[in-house]
Amino acid sequence: MKNRLISLFEKKSHKILSIFYTAGFPGKHDTIRIAKILEEAGADIIEIGIPFSDPVADGPTIQASNKVALDAGMTLPLLLEQVKEIRKQVKLPIVLMGYLNPVMQYGVERFIKDAKAAGADGLILPDLPVNEFQKFYQKSMEEVGLCMSFLISPTTSEERIRMIDSLSSGFVYAVSASSTTGTKGSFNPDQIAYFERLAALQMKNPHLIGFGIHDHSTFTQACQYAPGAIIGSAFIAMLEKSADLEKDIHTFVTSLKKEK
Amino acid sequence: MKYRVSDEGYYGNFGGAYIPEMLHPNVEELRERYLDIISTPSFQKSFHDLLKDFVGRPTPLFLAKRLSAQYGASIYLKREDLCHTGAHKVNNTIGQILVARALGKNKIIAETGAGQHGVATATVCALMGMDCIVYMGKHDMERQKPNVERMRILGAKVVPALSGSMTLKDATNEAMRHWINNPTDTHYIIGSVVGPHPYPDMVARFQSVISQEIKAQLTTEIGNPYPDYVIACVGGGSNAAGAFYHFIEEEQVTLIGAEAAGKGVDSGESAATTVLGKPGVLHGSKTLLMQTEDGQVIEPYSISAGLDYPGIGPMHAHLFETERAQFLSITDEEAMQAGIALSRLEGIIPAIETAHALAALDKISFDKDDVVVINLSGRGDKDLDTYIKWGKY
Ligand SMILES: Cc1ncc(COP(=O)(O)O)c(C=O)c1O
Repeated sequence: MKNRLISLFEKKSHKILSIFYTAGFPGKHDTIRIAKILEEAGADIIEIGIPFSDPVADGPTIQASNKVALDAGMTLPLLLEQVKEIRKQVKLPIVLMGYLNPVMQYGVERFIKDAKAAGADGLILPDLPVNEFQKFYQKSMEEVGLCMSFLISPTTSEERIRMIDSLSSGFVYAVSASSTTGTKGSFNPDQIAYFERLAALQMKNPHLIGFGIHDHSTFTQACQYAPGAIIGSAFIAMLEKSADLEKDIHTFVTSLKKEK
Repeated sequence: MKYRVSDEGYYGNFGGAYIPEMLHPNVEELRERYLDIISTPSFQKSFHDLLKDFVGRPTPLFLAKRLSAQYGASIYLKREDLCHTGAHKVNNTIGQILVARALGKNKIIAETGAGQHGVATATVCALMGMDCIVYMGKHDMERQKPNVERMRILGAKVVPALSGSMTLKDATNEAMRHWINNPTDTHYIIGSVVGPHPYPDMVARFQSVISQEIKAQLTTEIGNPYPDYVIACVGGGSNAAGAFYHFIEEEQVTLIGAEAAGKGVDSGESAATTVLGKPGVLHGSKTLLMQTEDGQVIEPYSISAGLDYPGIGPMHAHLFETERAQFLSITDEEAMQAGIALSRLEGIIPAIETAHALAALDKISFDKDDVVVINLSGRGDKDLDTYIKWGKY
C-alpha cells in the first residue's frame, strides 16, 4: 500500500492541517479516541508525540503533557499498540514524533519496522543527526516505506535546507521561529520573510510550518506561504481544559478551517 | 591518541551532537571555530594571565603527610579548592567567556547544580561586563542558598528551573531552551564535560591545566611527571577530565573516578552512572545514562548537589568502556566520613563532591612507594549546612 503521506500530498497542496498531540494525554488511552475524533473533524495528518522525560525543544504546555503521560504509565511499546488500534479505524496519515533516547532504547531498526507494521507513515526525530540517519537508517526506512521529516529553522542556511530537503521524504518540517514550542502572538516581518524565502526555494518536498501556529489567523497566514501547517501546543492546551473531548476537538478543528 | 575526541566529535561509541535543528547554527559555529580561537596567541595569553592573576594558578600540589602515613603511600593533593570561587569550575568559565567574546556574544547563560559553576560563571561575567542568567533547579536553590545569593551579589539573574525534578538536569534543559529561543547574541557556558560536541572537548581542554601543572609539579617534587594513581570525583566529569587529561595516553598511570553511590548503588537513590547507566542520549550527546527500560531519564540522588547528574561526559563513558579508567562508587556516608577525616588530618575541609574522591582511598590497596594524586576539586564552605545536618563529627 502506498504511503498515506505521499498520497495526501499528491491530492492536496493547500491548507493541510496537521495536529500534534502527546500520546497518553490527557488520559493514557485517549491517544486512540483523539485520533478518531480528529479524522471526523477534518484534520489531514495526525502527529503523535512519544513522551520523554526531558523534552528540550518544547515549551511548558508540551512538557507538562509529557509528564502527565509518563506519570500515567505511557510507554513506547504501548504507543505502538495504540497506533495499531487507531489504524483499524482511521485512514489519515500518522506521523510519530519523539526524542531519540526512547527510540534508541527500543532499538531504532526495530522501531522503524514496528512503527510501519502498526500503521505509521512517517517519523520525526528532531535530535537525530542527519548524517547518522543517512549512514544507518535511511535505507531501512525507504525499504519499509516510512517517510522521514527533518526540521529546518529560520537560522538554517540555504545550503543546509537543500541537504535536509534531499534527505527528508513526505514533508519538511519548517519551524516558524527560533523558539521552543508553544509561542503565541502573530508572525513578525522576519518570519514572513522567512516563509517567503522557503516558498521561493522550490524544495523537493512540500513543507509544513510548525511551532507558534495556535489559532485561525496564524494557521491561515502560514498557509499563504506553505501547503499546510502543524498545530501542537494550542491543541494540547485545549485538551488539558476540555471536559468533552469530542465536542471540543470538533470546535477546535472547525474554527481553524473556517473560511472567512 | 586513541582516547581523544575524533573529528566527528566521538570518543569511541560516545559523544556526537544530538541536538534539534534550532541549536545547530550555534553549536556548529562553536565547533567550526573553537580550536582556532583557543589556539591564537592572544587567547592563550588572556587565558593564562587570568588563570594566574585572577584565579590564582598554579594551584599547589601539596604532599599530605598525615594522610600518606595513614594509607602507606605518597598522597598529593592538587589544590583546586584554592582557586578563586572555591573550585576548579572557574578554569572552564574563564576559557569559555573568552571564547564567547571572540564569537561576538555578549550574553551568557549557564546551568548549575551545587551553584559552583553558577558562581564561577557569574564571576567571569562580572569580570567581563556581560549579562548573565543562571538556571538552577528550584530544589537546588533551596539546598544551596548561599551560592544563589553569591550569584545575585555578582549581578547574575538566577532563574529557577521548575520542570521535572527541579535539579541539575532540569536546569540544563531550561538553559538549552533559552539558547533555542535566543540564538544570536547568547553563548551557553556548559559547566562540565557534557553536552553536544564540541563542549566535552572544549571544557576538557580548559580543565587540562590541572594535569599540566601536576606533571610539572611532580617533576620538581619527585623527578618524574607520572604518578601511579590519579583520583578524582565524577559528576559530569570536568575536574576528572582535567586531572586525567595529560595522563590518558600514559597507560602506566592508573586513573580512578569516584562516583556518587548516594544511599547505595542498589538503593534506588544513587548517581553511580557507570554501574546503573546504559548508553543513551541526553543534553546533546550519546553517553552512559541512568534511565528506565523505556528510555526515560531516572532522577539521580546524591548528598552532593554537584554529583547529582544522571549521566557522565562521553569521554568518561569511553574511558569506562575501554577500561582505561576505573570507576568506584562511594556512598554518602563514606564521603562524609572522608571529608571529616581530611579536615582532621590535614586541616582542609573539602567540598562534599571532592570528599567522594578521598573516600576512594579506602578502596584501593597501595604499595608503599606509590605516588597518588587526588584532585581536590573544591572547598567545603558551600557545604557547611550539609556537614552540620549530617552531624557526626
Ligand atoms: C567541588 C566540585 N567538585 C566536583 C564537581 C562535579 O563536577 P565535575 O564532575 O564536572 O567536576 C562539582 C560540581 O558542582 C564541584 O562543585
